[in-house]
Amino acid sequence: MRKSTAPIISIADVKNVLGKQVVHEHLNLDIMKGEITAIVGGSGCGKTTLLRNILMLLRPKSGSIKIFDIDILHCDIKTSQKIRHSWGVLFQHGALFSALTVLENVQFPLRTFTTLPPKVQKEIALLKITMSGLPLEAAFKYPSELSGGMLKRAALARAIVMDPELLFLDEPTSGLDPQSAGAFDELLLDLKEGLGLTVVMVTHDLSSLAHVSDKVVFLGEKKVLAALPLQELLKQKHPLIQAYFSGSRGESYVKSA
Amino acid sequence: MNNQQPAQLSFDKNTHTLHCSGSWTVSAISDFLKQPPLTTNKTNRIQIEGGGISRMDTTGAWALHQQANALKKSGKTISFSGFSEEHTALFQMVEAALPEKQPRPKSSRKPSFLYVLGKKSVDRYFSLLNGLAFLGEVIVFFGRIIMRPARLQYKSFLNVIDETGYRAIAIVGLLSFLIGIVLAYQSGQQLKTYGANIYIISLIGIAMLQEFGPLITAIIVAGRTSSAFTAQIGTMQLNEEIDALRTMGVSPVIRLVIPKILGLIISLPLLIILADICGVLGGMLVADKMLNISYYSFLLNFPNMIQLQTLLNGLIKGPFFACIIAGVGCYQGFQVVSSADSVGRKTTKSVVQSIFLIIVADALFSIILPWQSV
Ligand SMILES: Nc1ncnc2c1ncn2[C@@H]1O[C@H](COP(=O)(O)OP(=O)(O)OP(=O)(O)O)[C@@H](O)[C@H]1O
Ligand SMILES: [Mg+2]
Repeated sequence: MRKSTAPIISIADVKNVLGKQVVHEHLNLDIMKGEITAIVGGSGCGKTTLLRNILMLLRPKSGSIKIFDIDILHCDIKTSQKIRHSWGVLFQHGALFSALTVLENVQFPLRTFTTLPPKVQKEIALLKITMSGLPLEAAFKYPSELSGGMLKRAALARAIVMDPELLFLDEPTSGLDPQSAGAFDELLLDLKEGLGLTVVMVTHDLSSLAHVSDKVVFLGEKKVLAALPLQELLKQKHPLIQAYFSGSRGESYVKSA
Repeated sequence: MNNQQPAQLSFDKNTHTLHCSGSWTVSAISDFLKQPPLTTNKTNRIQIEGGGISRMDTTGAWALHQQANALKKSGKTISFSGFSEEHTALFQMVEAALPEKQPRPKSSRKPSFLYVLGKKSVDRYFSLLNGLAFLGEVIVFFGRIIMRPARLQYKSFLNVIDETGYRAIAIVGLLSFLIGIVLAYQSGQQLKTYGANIYIISLIGIAMLQEFGPLITAIIVAGRTSSAFTAQIGTMQLNEEIDALRTMGVSPVIRLVIPKILGLIISLPLLIILADICGVLGGMLVADKMLNISYYSFLLNFPNMIQLQTLLNGLIKGPFFACIIAGVGCYQGFQVVSSADSVGRKTTKSVVQSIFLIIVADALFSIILPWQSV
């Protein structure tokens, strides 16, 4: 089931222009089913922009993007809606609904897209909340009453509540303490194991990269410089890649990895 | 990814085996969960067989766990068989993560009448104090800016004039022109029956300059600007931008509120003059078409029938209305807490409150200001 060779997302020759700035040009990327793909690169190199392309929030200037072999830039509303139901998204800044409690936030997709009885919805939502590592007391709090790390976890719970085939995570471990970041890595591996989930995550967390990623996509110079497992990526001679991993923080991980 | 068989359980009496089949996923399990958990009295040992499960996700695993638990509670011994490695892993993960106790939302008991009364009174009292504190802060900083005008944020001050004055010209002009027409038309009919056509001039002049011009303008600006101020400051509050200003030692009142009040104090009277002119023009049009008073004689008689004091009586209200609109708009913006809903609520409140206060102030003015004889 895992490690099939068909790409679940394939991006070809994408160009993005934001304002006057060319963010991506001739960007190509394939994401395989059942893999955890990490996207890395310096701040502002366009990782979030690429995710927004895939999530149909931002139309690239040119190029093509296919998900499940469907061209998402030229498909009808019904198809795109179906694709939207098959993924879960964790935004960089959480993006929880501020008027709803955590429990209601997590329950929201269940209430909107399933016919499960309300009691079951609530139990499933609570299950996801504990799976994401939030204490149960947090379930009845509003997003404004949570700490930064708790917000991240609540947003994660909302992203995984429908058990999506595809999970997009934008910096899931930033703002988490090391222990919770570790627990998060474990959760991700468990989900991948149990559900055959495909994960695309943007991260700057080197230990997360080393621990969970099957493949690391390095963005730089407006395109994908390399898409390789971490070990092989570290051997690349490209100066940007060398620079990224050779900072004082990078060194220790490179050695331990 | 579609066409999933619904999740099903069937009990085989001969082998005491529960056969699971179908797709145990969040989208296909809803019918199964609507039935009560399956129970039986036939045997004490039950085997749950999961070879027939085509797909399972955490919701499915949870449902299976519920079913197994229900059987365990009725004293059965459970064993599992035939589950694939992945499904077993999933089942164990869910079992481990399951919350032990059901949390309850904090007391949902209905509070007593006295409690509500007391709480409301105290809340009102504190919100009154809050309002007074805000007013005091604004007055103090206002004084300081007057003493040292260099500290004023000129850029945002000019921005406010542009945003609230220049961009409101069309709507204020058009609406007051229409009001002038309606007013002249309605009263013109009465005047005509008495042959008192010429009095349309003083009627329009006094009504427009002293009452309708300022009032209409203030109400339009309250709707446009008070809401905009609340939404802007409220969103900044949500984004912690206000807190950022405070930590830098920049007073949000100086930075945000004073330029708005000063800007509106400039632009609102200008808009009132525009409204006066357009309203009188509207009246003049009707006077010409309906009452046979030519534009020439209208304008010739206007200064004789309307005193300068009438115009001033109207204009003097401008700065006060401006303070009300900008003050209420900003104050409500600072009252925003924690959610997008609250921005909406406070914006509504700021418009309602400023229009209310404008009308109250207008009533006070008609008592205070010297009464004009025609
Ligand atoms: N709405 C916009 N208009 C103009 N430029 C934008 C816009 N949004 C982003 N950019 C620019 O596009 C570039 C890529 O931004 P993006 O948010 O994708 O970066 P990122 O790789 O996610 O960075 P980080 O790691 O800091 O989150 C940045 O240089 C940014 O300035
Ligand atoms: Mg980003």
